[in-house]
Amino acid sequence: MGSLDFSVVWTNLGFLGNGLALSALLVVVSSVGGMILGGGLAALRLSRHRILRLPAGAYVTVIRSVPLILVLFWFYFMLPLWTGHTIGALPSALIAYVMFEAAFYCEIIRAGVRAVPPGQSMAAAATGLRPWQMMRLVVLPQALVAMEPLLVNQVVILFQDTALVYVVALRDFLTAASVIASRDDRPVELYGFVAVVYFVICLAGSQLAGRRRGEVIQ
Amino acid sequence: MNYNWDWGILLQSPNAALLVEGVAWTLGVTALSWTIALAVGSVVGLTRSLAWAPGRIAATAFVEVFRNVPPLVQLFLWFFVFPEVVPDQVGLWIKRDLPLPEVTTSVVCIGLFSAARVAEQVRAGIELVRARLLPAALATGLRPTQAYRLVVLPVAMRSIIGPLTSELLIATKMSSIGLTIGVLELTAQSQRIANDTFHGFEAYGAATVSYLVIGLAITGVMHLLAVWLRVPGLQAA
Repeated sequence: MGSLDFSVVWTNLGFLGNGLALSALLVVVSSVGGMILGGGLAALRLSRHRILRLPAGAYVTVIRSVPLILVLFWFYFMLPLWTGHTIGALPSALIAYVMFEAAFYCEIIRAGVRAVPPGQSMAAAATGLRPWQMMRLVVLPQALVAMEPLLVNQVVILFQDTALVYVVALRDFLTAASVIASRDDRPVELYGFVAVVYFVICLAGSQLAGRRRGEVIQ
Repeated sequence: MNYNWDWGILLQSPNAALLVEGVAWTLGVTALSWTIALAVGSVVGLTRSLAWAPGRIAATAFVEVFRNVPPLVQLFLWFFVFPEVVPDQVGLWIKRDLPLPEVTTSVVCIGLFSAARVAEQVRAGIELVRARLLPAALATGLRPTQAYRLVVLPVAMRSIIGPLTSELLIATKMSSIGLTIGVLELTAQSQRIANDTFHGFEAYGAATVSYLVIGLAITGVMHLLAVWLRVPGLQAA
């Protein structure tokens, strides 16, 4: 092997930074969108009405059974057909991530709500709260505490998953590095740098999730 | 929406063969990487649960590194970087003579990533049952290694069959990242059929159904395994 030369990383820092910014955009949009949509799905799955429960349950099961790459391909192919005009790689990837993450957030939120003892909602009902108030003022605040570490953990997993936009040729952090790695023939420096950056960010995130879990258990 | 449905496209040559081949590679990569994950993950998880500090630190470092770098980045490290940083002779052998380089790399990569996750489950399982069972096992006169081998580990492994099933399903889906370096597994084949025929619904639909069936089959087999391994009168937790 030739000698290592990390100057290739510094000279392309702007390009790599743009890649990291795209990864960050994907994380923010898909975690916020995924949590909102996931909350809606969880509400459907917790509903008393079978007609709401079943389709939401089927959606979550199917999405959780297939690889994210296949979901990216699905939306990349399907969205132009649905909307009738071409859609860029970025909007289609963003929609795919939101739809994919929603299934996972749905299960976290559903588990959190179910973890609140039923006596809580009975007591809330006895004080005269309406169902929506009961959910908002009594059940959700307690559920949020229980699910917070899992939500943080899911954001870390999502950040790792954003690297998969490589398959639809979007210039995220990893793809940006791979472009330079093959152009300048410096795979060791580029992939090594990328791995260290991902590692530091994800380790910080999972440590945060772990510490929150410790606090919740106490 | 204007779309010309034709499910028959899946049965035409060569598409049916491509799909079967894709399922075979997905199952093959999953089975082999799962073997690595279970073997390495059990050893690392056990080491992490022990009081021996050097082993515990090394095992913790293994888990944190392999859990906190995205699997696709790990795959590129194994495929593009690893042959460059090992001694020249080994690197040359990997580049020239490694059989099925893409598949082998994917198996190692997914195997070690899953091993880190399995290790955490194994450690959790051991810590769950050890407090209660280890003193009792030692009191019967077993030596510590015997107590682990005959009592703690068999009970701990039975108690984590559920979480291990989830990890196995994650590894199955993760086998799809192999397509980035040229493994012709299920997702890759469905994309190829979609591109060749312009029948994306049918191609991706077939892949989706296949993943659902594979997932159900794995869940079913693991459930049977749990029933088969159940010890009458023993409750893990």
